[in-house]
Amino acid sequence: MQTSKSTQIPGVALLLLAMAFSVFPLLSMLSTALQPQGSVPLGLSWPADPQWHNFVDAWKVADITTLAGSSLLLVLGVVPVGVLLATMAGYALGQLRVPGGAIFFMLLLLGLTLPFEVTIVPLYYQIRDMGLLNTRLGLILPLIGLNMPFAVFWMRAHFLNAPAELSEASSMDGANAWQSFRAIHLPLALPSIASLALLMFISTWNQFLLAIVLMDDPEKRTMAGALQNFVGQYSTDVVLLNAGSLLIMAPMILVFLFFQRHIVKAMLAGSVKG
Amino acid sequence: MSSLDGSTGPLQGLTLPAPPREEQPVRVDRDAQAPRPRRRRKKRRKNWIGWLFAAPAAIMYAVFVLRPLATSIQYSFYDWDGITVGTFVGLDNYVRVFTDPQLLSSIGHAFFLIIFFTVIPVSIALLVAGLIRELRSKGLGKLAQTLLFIPYVIPAAAAAIAWSWMYATTGAVNQFLTVIGLEAVTRAWLGDAGWALPAVGLIGTWINLGFCTILLMSGIGKIDASLYEAAKLDGAGFFQTFRAITLPGLRQEIGVCVTITIIAALASFDIVFMSTQGGPGYSTMVPGVQVYQLGFTESRIGLASALALVLSALVLAVILPLQKFFREK
Repeated sequence: MQTSKSTQIPGVALLLLAMAFSVFPLLSMLSTALQPQGSVPLGLSWPADPQWHNFVDAWKVADITTLAGSSLLLVLGVVPVGVLLATMAGYALGQLRVPGGAIFFMLLLLGLTLPFEVTIVPLYYQIRDMGLLNTRLGLILPLIGLNMPFAVFWMRAHFLNAPAELSEASSMDGANAWQSFRAIHLPLALPSIASLALLMFISTWNQFLLAIVLMDDPEKRTMAGALQNFVGQYSTDVVLLNAGSLLIMAPMILVFLFFQRHIVKAMLAGSVKG
Repeated sequence: MSSLDGSTGPLQGLTLPAPPREEQPVRVDRDAQAPRPRRRRKKRRKNWIGWLFAAPAAIMYAVFVLRPLATSIQYSFYDWDGITVGTFVGLDNYVRVFTDPQLLSSIGHAFFLIIFFTVIPVSIALLVAGLIRELRSKGLGKLAQTLLFIPYVIPAAAAAIAWSWMYATTGAVNQFLTVIGLEAVTRAWLGDAGWALPAVGLIGTWINLGFCTILLMSGIGKIDASLYEAAKLDGAGFFQTFRAITLPGLRQEIGVCVTITIIAALASFDIVFMSTQGGPGYSTMVPGVQVYQLGFTESRIGLASALALVLSALVLAVILPLQKFFREK
């Protein structure tokens, strides 16, 4: 297809502008983070003598090692269990066609649309009454529940498209539902499961509201949740604040760059499914 | 479909696999082909057993989402400080939500944010996609994808910090304005009651613009190229082609962008909480932050719950008609 040059040029110019807009704030942070500590730099000015050790200092004062560790613990608590539950439920809705599944599905769709703020206050009291306030488990369990609408939705879409003949063939061989799930459907679903795991990882890592409400100790929060405390402590030191914030963003940016193709594809596909 | 294995999907650069079909006719036939009652009864029993697969997810969802939602409805009819025994007040909290100018203004702010979260990003994304249509440079496409997606994957709280620094008195925004000779308009943007809300909104633009652009660019690649050829032969101009082919062809993708970003605008919390906390004064207060403050700072649980439920109802009232509009041909 030949696209006319007259529209390509302004289009590409606009695209380049949008790209510049996307990186500009991050460049501003980086240039500030490299200034001498305690100075009052301008928003964007490359330092004559970049102070890379600012990142080492920010790593220490923000205690990034601890933060990354607890974020990772949360992710390890949420993602494997969440993905397993969603895969089973998606199988029940997409393949087994359980009676009443439509109602369950409608309730999940409601959860996809609901603003999360509507559950946060009662959730706080519920977790408190369960004795789980300020525990990791008290953060992991709600995060699993919160991830269910999208996750089940995603896996259901996969199992709707998985050929039904497979289960029929295996049930003739005398396999029960669990056996044909384990032996036939699970291996076929692995690509969908892997995408879901990536998306759930991102949403868990970036979770903010739940983390600041259910966890008093910033060191046990998600990294996003820890930002709140960090800003409170270092709001006066612009240089360290920017260095620390970049460090807190860095894992997500690295994960994105590493899995870019998969993440973009999953996010686009996931949103169109939704 | 959602395959992680790149070789199975058509996604290269900026194209997107076709969305999955819903109900497949094969299965509709299956029931029709099973006339024997015995077999059908057996099948039904087997299907109930299928709930064993769905139950764990359903229980987690019910306990940690639906139950708090139900409790929220209950709280909304009470005056409760979280400690002492609550008193039943009927609809008082709801009356309050609809009459208190502060609470009403927070809802107004949320709707105002739609301009920045939805209208601007979707318009620019449409323009970029419609103008470029097919990006011939693979390298530029890849770079665009990387740079445009980063704001969407970092925590929104972190985005708010980046922009708080951009908006500071010595920040890059004022620096830029000074360079182009607009020093007179420089200010501490987030501290200016008149400018703080649009400034916060622009953070939403920053987050959503790239996602919408990539989604629409990948969507336009799926439109049959012969349509554009035909339009060209008919002598249609850019705007005619845009209206007649691009807009209808991107209907589903536009619907997705609009839906996701409107929910993000109405339910915004992270950005506002980290950049302004609703201030200065009340100028950037949104329902999400207001619910948090009422619920956890002011201990007015009933009012917080009523406001959260009104917000939920508004989101549904906006999203459901939109879904219908973008789904039907």
